[in-house]
Amino acid sequence: MIGNIVKKEFKELFVLSTIIPVVVIAIVYGGIGQMIGSFEERVAEKPIIGVVDRDAGNFSDIAMSVLSQAAKVVYEGSDVEGGLEQVKEGNGVALLAIAQNFSQSISADSPGEIEIYWIMRGVGMMDSISSGALEALIQAVNQEISKTLIQQGSSSDPALVLAPTRRVETTFFKGKEIVGLSPSQLSRMLMSQSIVIPVVVMMLVIMAGASVISSMGLEKENKTLETLLTLPVRRSQIVIGKMVGSALVGLIMAAIYMIGFSRYMTSFQSSEASLADFGLTLGIHDYLLVGISLFTALLAGLSLCIVLGTFAKNYRSAQALVFPITALALIPTFIIMLKDFDTVPVVLKVVVFAIPFSHPMMAMRALMLDNYWLVIGGIAYTAVFMVVMVAVAVRIFNSDRLLTGRVQRGAAWGRLGWGFRRQ
Amino acid sequence: MLVKAVQVKELVKDYGNFRAIKGISFEVNEGEIFGLIGPNGAGKTTALRTIATLLQITSGSITVFGHELPKEAGEVRKIISYLPEEAGAYKNLTGREYLNFIAKFFGEGEKFQNIVQKGLEIANLGERIDDKVDTYSKGMTRRLLVGRALMGNPKLAILDEPTSGLDVVNAQEVRRIINSSVEAGVAVLLSSHNMLEVELLCHRIALINDGMIVASGTAAELKDKYGARNIEEAFVTAIR
Repeated sequence: MIGNIVKKEFKELFVLSTIIPVVVIAIVYGGIGQMIGSFEERVAEKPIIGVVDRDAGNFSDIAMSVLSQAAKVVYEGSDVEGGLEQVKEGNGVALLAIAQNFSQSISADSPGEIEIYWIMRGVGMMDSISSGALEALIQAVNQEISKTLIQQGSSSDPALVLAPTRRVETTFFKGKEIVGLSPSQLSRMLMSQSIVIPVVVMMLVIMAGASVISSMGLEKENKTLETLLTLPVRRSQIVIGKMVGSALVGLIMAAIYMIGFSRYMTSFQSSEASLADFGLTLGIHDYLLVGISLFTALLAGLSLCIVLGTFAKNYRSAQALVFPITALALIPTFIIMLKDFDTVPVVLKVVVFAIPFSHPMMAMRALMLDNYWLVIGGIAYTAVFMVVMVAVAVRIFNSDRLLTGRVQRGAAWGRLGWGFRRQ
Repeated sequence: MLVKAVQVKELVKDYGNFRAIKGISFEVNEGEIFGLIGPNGAGKTTALRTIATLLQITSGSITVFGHELPKEAGEVRKIISYLPEEAGAYKNLTGREYLNFIAKFFGEGEKFQNIVQKGLEIANLGERIDDKVDTYSKGMTRRLLVGRALMGNPKLAILDEPTSGLDVVNAQEVRRIINSSVEAGVAVLLSSHNMLEVELLCHRIALINDGMIVASGTAAELKDKYGARNIEEAFVTAIR
């Protein structure tokens, strides 16, 4: 008896339309994993650095010894600018310049100064692995110097023994010179742009998308679609009306979600400084672009959902059709959290750019760093995507597919032409 | 020249490789009730859906009050009203809200108020009109939908099995509503597999079987032609 029911349930649920999205997403995620590479491999790599030793004293020798053993040194000389160029070319993480009176200063119970010129390429979690490794290396330098101070008994100041060096940091990030911040501090400050915004956009897309797909399923299940399609209203107006209605529902749901989530994320953020102190602010026109990016991406996503919704036979099958949208929203969310758009491989760049939801996730950060082309290009792409999808949706609404699941081929299609005909 | 409410000529409708309608022709005059009758799967619903602009024409032609399909589908939708066999209403709306929603497509201001008022009168749901559709019985929902279909004074009402699933009392009420609409000038094209009901209701009838019209005329003409006591007998004789 149970076997019979299990067999029926399996046959009803294990159909091509539910299998294909899962297989596609499994392949995509597998590909992402392979392309990004493993955390372990990246952590094990030696950080690539350049070193300028202006001191040549006993303590700077210790520092140089630790650095050359635990890091791959691509520049060792006296020219900071030249060294930085070489580090950049070598895909390195930073140039360390040991101050002229480094050893003398430590001997005089005052911390020795190390200037660190960070080369930051992205603010994703994986982008900070190299800088994290160098942070650990600087700790090792401190420990070695501390050990020497203890062995020699040359300092009576415990604070100096525990922290014998002082860092003066400058971070170069996408053409900006940010004095006084390390990449990890900057990453923490940009956490809102890196995590909160992608998650909120993802929730907005999923909630609004689910609304529109479910609405299509309900229209079919409640047998209201046929009536709607015989009313004196253009098909394009039905499509756009459904999209805008669902967008409003999605916006309300996302706003509620955002209030809770942003409060949660605020608890992790440091209050060390404001982004505005470092010139990382947005003007009114930037916020306008972010708004346009979000609006076009939402409509593009919803137009895709309408097309998917036409495949829904009822409310239950509509729920299954939400899955591809969820997956499409999750892909850029994770990629943008882990890596910066500029630091992902080309194939992933194409994938991220092609998914319309990616653009509002990246917009605020990109505008903060003056990357207007990425935002404007994204808006143009999502607008074109939306127009194409709406045209496809209207064409489906004008065909037999919506009611019969089939398409009328031949002359009738030719007469109908593309979707925006006033019908 | 008198404009026909509906003119269907050599209509063919294919679903992939399956031919659901095989070249049917008929006309509906203004102010008449024309019935398409036949068994399940005969092609009645497909014919009505095609005339209601929901399905594409494979070949042949359809004009509704002189407007050709599919070229003038937008114009046709302004003058028709379609009631599908298993139609439903939006469950989260009340009956009144549903009528308001539909009426907004047909008029504004006073015209809108008049349309809704007519819908309320036809549906005749009393206080229950302000309850959610979700709580309605099948008969109440059907009365609401008949009200929706006829409230906008359409020139042509296309009714697919209008009394399907209704008890005797509700079915009789729906038939009365249809008759009074026709008296007000509406042309009605309806389908039914209840041949006795069609005999009572329709001015003219087309018998459809396996996608083809096998006979048409008034009930009296068809009974006379096949020497039958009723339309059911005439239909059985016609398809033999």
